[in-house]
Amino acid sequence: MGKISGAKALLEALKKEGVSIIFGIPGGAILPIYDELYDFDIRHVLCQHEQSAAHMADGFARACGKPGVCFATSGPGATNLVTGIANAYMDSSPLIAVTGQVPKSMIGKDAFQEVDIIGITTPITKYNFQPRSASEIPEIVKKAFFIASTGRKGPVLIDIPKDVQTEEFEAEFPEKVTIRGYNPYKKPCEKQINIAVKWLASAERPMILAGGGAIYSEASSYILKISEFLLAPVATSLMGKGVFPEDHPLSLGLLGMHGTLAANKLVSEADVLLSVGTRFSDRTTGKVDEFCKEAKVIHIDIDEAEISKNKKVDLAIIADASEALKAIYEKLINYLSKKEETPWFKRVKEFKEIWEGWIFEEESNKELKPIPILKILRKILPIDSILVTEVGQNQMWSALYFKVFKPKTFITSGGLGTMGFGLPASIGAKAAKPDVPVVDVAGDGSFMMTENALSVSVAENLPIIAVIINNKVLGMVAQWQRLFYGKRYSAVKLDRVDFVKLAEAYGAHGVRVQDLNEFSNALKECLKLDVASVIDVPISPEENVLPMVPPGSSLEKIMGVEKWDWVMKKG
Amino acid sequence: MGLGDEKGLILISAVVEHKPGVLHRISNMFRRRDFNIESISVGVTEFKDLARMTITVKGDEKIADQVVKQMSKLIDVIHVEALNWGNSVQRELALIKLKAETHEKRSEIMDYTSVFRGRIIDVARESLIVEITGDSEKINAFINLTKQFGIIEVARTGITALARGPSSIGEEVKKNLNER
Repeated sequence: MGKISGAKALLEALKKEGVSIIFGIPGGAILPIYDELYDFDIRHVLCQHEQSAAHMADGFARACGKPGVCFATSGPGATNLVTGIANAYMDSSPLIAVTGQVPKSMIGKDAFQEVDIIGITTPITKYNFQPRSASEIPEIVKKAFFIASTGRKGPVLIDIPKDVQTEEFEAEFPEKVTIRGYNPYKKPCEKQINIAVKWLASAERPMILAGGGAIYSEASSYILKISEFLLAPVATSLMGKGVFPEDHPLSLGLLGMHGTLAANKLVSEADVLLSVGTRFSDRTTGKVDEFCKEAKVIHIDIDEAEISKNKKVDLAIIADASEALKAIYEKLINYLSKKEETPWFKRVKEFKEIWEGWIFEEESNKELKPIPILKILRKILPIDSILVTEVGQNQMWSALYFKVFKPKTFITSGGLGTMGFGLPASIGAKAAKPDVPVVDVAGDGSFMMTENALSVSVAENLPIIAVIINNKVLGMVAQWQRLFYGKRYSAVKLDRVDFVKLAEAYGAHGVRVQDLNEFSNALKECLKLDVASVIDVPISPEENVLPMVPPGSSLEKIMGVEKWDWVMKKG
Repeated sequence: MGLGDEKGLILISAVVEHKPGVLHRISNMFRRRDFNIESISVGVTEFKDLARMTITVKGDEKIADQVVKQMSKLIDVIHVEALNWGNSVQRELALIKLKAETHEKRSEIMDYTSVFRGRIIDVARESLIVEITGDSEKINAFINLTKQFGIIEVARTGITALARGPSSIGEEVKKNLNER
């Protein structure tokens, strides 16, 4: 194709990977790329802060499954990406971050806006590259996408010195790349599949735990099939929410610190646990030594390093979750016939009834409280809508009380717990799915961390709805102080911003509601708008997320379910 | 016999890309995962562009398992395994600069050196440099023995090792490369 610059080669290579949108902020060291972008047929979303750019790319990736791309300049631009990259890394989200770097001759000289972003991001990327000549760029981009979007997905950073961006070369773009130390395709081992089938077939109380890996591998349909065939209830980790329809009789909802009564109680009673694409995080297992002690644990994961990292398992299947589950299901149906009505299933039903009866009983009161707020959201939002959350109480209320029916329609910062994730991620999700409503359920504290992304939503015509469950405190911190620190409310009070005026200042629609009816109406109204909107929903600062398992405790030590003591004892 | 030696040292042998930044990635992973490197030695191999790293780590079999898995996960690592201490050979090289101010001391040092099958590789008026190879215990013993003369400086390579017998990591590497 003749001689082109490194900058142009980068953009050509991105186009060849199917990139249609980039989130970023220009600066000196990445200007040659932005100069080329001027003539390029790729949409660029100008952000207000690089952290948001990374979260937008991350939200985009989670909503559609394709890698999201963000750009930043060198030095502070690059370091501002770090939180967003770490967030994507912890949640295995495919992200491509491109940063400018000072010219080669100045690397290592502490030049203006120089930072060793390769060194900084090594522990939070799946891999990172720094091309030293423009001719490396086409292959590096291909490798970056290959690495980010295969195996256990994750972020990849490409740091390009300014002179490499301007260097001209005879460009050739590879169709395929191989990396000799990287083989992400792992077939399930038949011997292990057979053992899993045997255990599952003879289990009296089988249970499935699905995590984010199950969503990434699109394992939904096989989880449903196996669950229904064995009458095995399904609980999910926070990252797994959506992989199993939560209105299904076998859905137990979220497991863990803020898990449902049904999930947390029943997991201790299971005799075989089939866990799929979950890393047994402390938030999911509670005290890990006491987690699922009675059960034989089968662990399916594409990442071998997750096997027995946190929880010692009895059987490991290192493979793509979909392929492994398919193999298990096909053998299972030859091995025994579909289960009809077991004592275990009766127990599941009983627990679910108790839980749902308590949580989802009709509210006669019009008072703004978290559970009815989430219930109204579920009632009004179409099932394809994407719910994104910030981090904190808002997130846990959403995870517990907002039922999700489809994968990739619930987006949250699971591993890193990044306050400020929700708003930019919802904008990224909207870019990926412009035709469905995208709602950011926010807390006031989290929202304020990246609130300036609202201007991006307005200016770039990526309208989202932010529902701020506003308790005027750092809610989850206040909850811990209330429950574990003798109500010593150190540094949690916030009441600093008028969110309606703030929304208006950014050109968005802002509304404050006083009761559930008003909330309902405001939400319907906002769904009709084609501009970003903010609904300020004031609630009491005293609200807790319950039930809760205290940090470091076994999952059976559930707080906030005292009135169900009799059920717990019935066992 | 367990995987590690009697002091609980695990021996990790890896074949990795031989290019800038790889050592950083690997040592960074050890720090990040809270594994403690006791010694590390790196050198080229029979393969072009591939280096062998021998790393010793304090820990039990569970840690050995995680170290191997976390290392395998790194894209620049082609093959890695934990060597069985008893079923492999370990060697370390040390250069020891000793004070040797008198003829008597000099000849005493030379005697010890020959007992330990070392070599004198530098002689100055008041000092000697001894080169000695062997397992770490042997080198420790030599250093203890020659302390009396006054040690000026010691440089040790850290352990490098190979599994006994005809099998080789090289075979695994070739298999890995062919599978792509």
